[in-house]
Amino acid sequence: MPSALINVPAKAKRGEIIEIKTLMSHIMETGYRRTATGEIIPRDIVTSFSCRYNGVEIFRMDLFPAIAANPFISFFIVAAESGKFEFDWIGDRGFSETASAFITVE
Amino acid sequence: MKKPESSTRRQFLRLAGGAAGLGAIPVVTLRPADATPEMLANAIRNVTGANVVHPGKIKLDIPPLVENGNTVPMTVSVASPMTPDDYVRSIHVFNEKNPQPNIGNFYLGARGGRVQISTRIRLADSQKIVAIAQLSDGSFWSTSVDVIVTLAACTEEVI
Repeated sequence: MPSALINVPAKAKRGEIIEIKTLMSHIMETGYRRTATGEIIPRDIVTSFSCRYNGVEIFRMDLFPAIAANPFISFFIVAAESGKFEFDWIGDRGFSETASAFITVE
Repeated sequence: MKKPESSTRRQFLRLAGGAAGLGAIPVVTLRPADATPEMLANAIRNVTGANVVHPGKIKLDIPPLVENGNTVPMTVSVASPMTPDDYVRSIHVFNEKNPQPNIGNFYLGARGGRVQISTRIRLADSQKIVAIAQLSDGSFWSTSVDVIVTLAACTEEVI
């Protein structure tokens, strides 16, 4: 089951501003909640998200426990050239996920 | 003859205890349940340093009344031409009353075209949200929004 959902337009005109939407399946456990017996549930969050466009980093985000579960992130970029978007999520307990999407710029 | 000695000893102990108490207070109040306004100010100072933070240019869209603090849609945008000479370098979002003052840091480049970032956040209480943008010329711009939360995040128990 893919844990990431990416929404990138398949085609765009050169210079058009496009929206990129990403959703990662993750519990984002804050580290502040307790079980019924009073024990703190250890923190388990995604700490970093980044997006590269043909190898160049165009967007990066530091995440904190204040980001809701299943972090949704959307941002805009100028469609300059055809190519590949690569997405990286890094988190606690060695969490690491990648995803990619392609765009054709006319 | 012993009386004055013991009373000075008592005074000394009281003073020492008081001093220790004073020293302990900040430690005690730094419990992780609340980010205080000072923690918010410190977190902002960590980002801005000694620079002046101007009001304006940045816009924060959050519903003013939130039913469920576990997932609150948030959109932050900055009016910027986004040219190689004049673009938004980073955006930092803070809160007042969650256990930690930080919500998220966003790092952008000149190729963004439009600065408009959406995500979903958690809010532990009715509070003020602050967003600060750093432009490519090094200037800082901020805005803040007050949000009322009826069901708080973070506090519920897991069974």
